[in-house]
Amino acid sequence: MQRIGVFVCWCGSNIAGTVDVEKVSEALKNEPGVVFSTNYQYMCSQAGQDIIKDAIAEHKLTGIVVCSCSPRMHEATFRKTAAAAGLNSYMVEIANIREQCSWVHKDMQSGTEKAIILGKAAVAKVNLNAPLTPGESPVTKRALVIGGGIAGIQTALDIAEAGFPVDIVEKKPTIGGKMAQLDKTFPTLDCAACILTPKMVDVAQNDKIRIFSYSEVEEIGGFVGNFTVKIKKKARYVKEDVCTGCGICTEKCPQKKVPNEFNMGMDNRRAVYIPFAQAVPKVATIDPNYCTMLKTGKCGVCAKVCTAGAIDYTQKDEIIEEKYGAIVAATGFNPISMDKFDEFAYNQSKDVITSLEFERLTNAAGPTAGKLLRPSDGKHPHTIVFVQCVGSRCDACAEKGKEYCSKICCMYTAKHAMLTRDKYPDTDVYVFYIDVRTPGKAFDEFYRRAVEEYGVHYIKGMVGKVSPEGDKLMVRASDLLANKQLNIAADLVVLAAAIEPDKSARPLATMLTASMDTNDFFTEAHPKLRPVESPTAGVFLSGTCQGPKDIPETVSQASAAAAKVIGLLAKDKLMGNPCVAQSNELMCNGCSSCERVCPYGAITYADKEFRMPDRTVAIRRVAMVNEAVCQGCGACTVACPSGAMDLKGFATSQIIAEVDAICK
Amino acid sequence: MSKEMENLKSEIIRSSGVNPKKCMRCGKCTGTCPAFDEMEYHPHQFVYMVESGDIEPLLNSKSLYKCLTCFACVDRCPRGVEPAKLVEAVRLSVIRKQGANHLKADDIPALLDDEMPQQAIVSALRKYSK
Ligand SMILES: Cc1cc2nc3c(=O)[nH]c(=O)nc-3n(C[C@H](O)[C@H](O)[C@H](O)COP(=O)(O)OP(=O)(O)OC[C@H]3O[C@@H](n4cnc5c(N)ncnc54)[C@H](O)[C@@H]3O)c2cc1C
Ligand code: SF4
Ligand code: SF4
Ligand code: SF4
Ligand code: SF4
Repeated sequence: MQRIGVFVCWCGSNIAGTVDVEKVSEALKNEPGVVFSTNYQYMCSQAGQDIIKDAIAEHKLTGIVVCSCSPRMHEATFRKTAAAAGLNSYMVEIANIREQCSWVHKDMQSGTEKAIILGKAAVAKVNLNAPLTPGESPVTKRALVIGGGIAGIQTALDIAEAGFPVDIVEKKPTIGGKMAQLDKTFPTLDCAACILTPKMVDVAQNDKIRIFSYSEVEEIGGFVGNFTVKIKKKARYVKEDVCTGCGICTEKCPQKKVPNEFNMGMDNRRAVYIPFAQAVPKVATIDPNYCTMLKTGKCGVCAKVCTAGAIDYTQKDEIIEEKYGAIVAATGFNPISMDKFDEFAYNQSKDVITSLEFERLTNAAGPTAGKLLRPSDGKHPHTIVFVQCVGSRCDACAEKGKEYCSKICCMYTAKHAMLTRDKYPDTDVYVFYIDVRTPGKAFDEFYRRAVEEYGVHYIKGMVGKVSPEGDKLMVRASDLLANKQLNIAADLVVLAAAIEPDKSARPLATMLTASMDTNDFFTEAHPKLRPVESPTAGVFLSGTCQGPKDIPETVSQASAAAAKVIGLLAKDKLMGNPCVAQSNELMCNGCSSCERVCPYGAITYADKEFRMPDRTVAIRRVAMVNEAVCQGCGACTVACPSGAMDLKGFATSQIIAEVDAICK
Repeated sequence: MSKEMENLKSEIIRSSGVNPKKCMRCGKCTGTCPAFDEMEYHPHQFVYMVESGDIEPLLNSKSLYKCLTCFACVDRCPRGVEPAKLVEAVRLSVIRKQGANHLKADDIPALLDDEMPQQAIVSALRKYSK
């Protein structure tokens, strides 16, 4: 028989306001096994915890019930209290009489009645509790960062700085992400390459960091501290360790008509290419979709010109398997497709471009060597119209765009408008906005400068239609403050396209068993208090894969994610959750039902010998649970047709006892 | 808002199926409206004025008959507000009170002339044959 103590908390007036705590502790005194029952103003306070500790010692308690707030709030607190007094942590049960009782009831009588019933259920459970000991698992002291944009770069550098090895998996041939494509960056207008490329070099030179570029994650197994990951290194048909990055192959390759994705398709590259001069790793990659040698077996020019002998047309995809203690998602974003926005004539005219294309058009390393020229005829545009919020802030039902604000467009549009007026004072620049949103350090000042010092025409209203007419783009828009409709003959129209998470994030989240929101941004464990952790233990979030962000925010979040990873990798061992499944071999009939439902692959089977009543020995196939992998979800316990699976700490008998206590 | 306007507003909202609260006042509808110059009140103003109960001026405005029912505003509104349906609902609330003095579909051919654009004929049928 257990010796149970009951501790009813007032939570100030939070509970005591609607629950007669005195009555509750009195009523629970008479429950089977209860030898002590009391109430106190704040059980979680030091004084409250001392009451519990003293009672455990004085009354030789073998189990306790705390009637208080949700176990999510203070279960850990009271488990520690019990442990400090020498009681096994798993002999503690919480009856939630705040969130599930006092907060939802208005009158004292029903509140008190329900609190007593919840207390009785918890007592009934503790009567069947048994001490549990969590298993320990070692921590693999290596981190994996998926995505090599500024977010992944910063996270990797910070983890390496703390002395832990890090691998970056980047699907493109180089790290750098979108920031590598930008020209100057708001709000200080420093050139993106000047601040990014030194960091890329730091990554390359850091002996704690390995870069798997042109690679993707194929499979993720295991759990926090012990992930096993398969990485596919795609064949780039160039030996990475031999190529010197001289680039001679990229000049001699006869296949010249390959759209250059780094310049947003506004110029061409060769079939063998290095995305940009400061690429890391600076190694050539052969694009198998365009290389004539790979497609038809004829050519081989690059192999002939490469003095290093780095070209290898027979290279195959390679699978690398590695163990990690922590995984960071840093898969970033992309602008949405403009295909559905016919009204802006994006697919009709080359001179309607997205903002990211505009970055390339003004970038010294871009297709026009930094001169702002129209893509259609290479002429200098004199009237430029910027349209904000294209595809952002749309109705949930409108299948064209996104419901959220993309957050960065107001600022980069102000940047584009300002830089244009600065470099080309002879251009007329219009910005159509719904709202200008500039919360951020020195952000509103930046926008005001665009208006006041650079004379950008900011017009509150939206562009309704863009129609190409001759070599002009007729822009029809509203000016809401003047209650006018405007018709502007523009030379260039720039669309601030909404941003969305990378398309590969969803399948990756499935591999990570990490959750996402309806927009495919990774969800954080708590929107305010745990913003860089995924609810899945050991998985962390860095950068725009979690939500729209500018660079300063991305970098802060990236460093925060690194701090969390370092905290995890610094531990030698992790305490497991002892509330795991357990199969009763005598009842298990080896039907495999549990294996099929287990989302974590924790169940295996073994043939075991059993002594039968007639003294013969039979061999039967029975289920076994890998306690380190089991997450205690309980799916198998309900799937098992013979009732052989049970969850420690949440046994069927315990749950039934609780239900009985409630229904009595 | 007077009781009468309150009723009219809910009638307009009910018959149009439009929820004017969804409007974020971007003006894309008005930026796109081909009848802008003809209309005294523009599509975004219809949305705003119905929502704020300032419906009287709309009832007396020629704008009700100038809308082409082209549905450009409906197509482009980022928030799915469907302003044209609101214009139509305000118009109906006027027409219905006037009794059966609207055009019948059969009367239209007699009124046509060669100058009339195809779109106008279609929209006239759509609007006046209710
Ligand atoms: C037009 C424009 C202008 C901007 N201007 C500014 C500015 O002036 N100032 C400012 O502060 N911010 C600016 N920004 C915002 C800035 O670009 C972002 O804040 C920043 O790039 C976010 O970095 P990231 O690492 O989160 O994402 P990304 O840069 O998108 O990097 C993600 C990386 O992960 C890789 N990846 C994706 N999926 C996988 C996968 N499954 N496996 C492996 N790798 C994967 C991608 O290839 C990419 O390299 C601008 C954005 C745009 C669109
Ligand atoms: S593959 Fe050879 S030619 Fe091409 S960049 Fe590398 S070293 Fe130079
Ligand atoms: S409790 Fe869940 S995780 Fe554990 S073995 Fe059963 S199904 Fe798998
Ligand atoms: S439907 Fe009417 S209000 Fe809407 S765009 Fe066409 S003419 Fe203008
Ligand atoms: S387009 Fe839609 S959201 Fe924008 S002002 Fe018109 S009705 Fe409102």
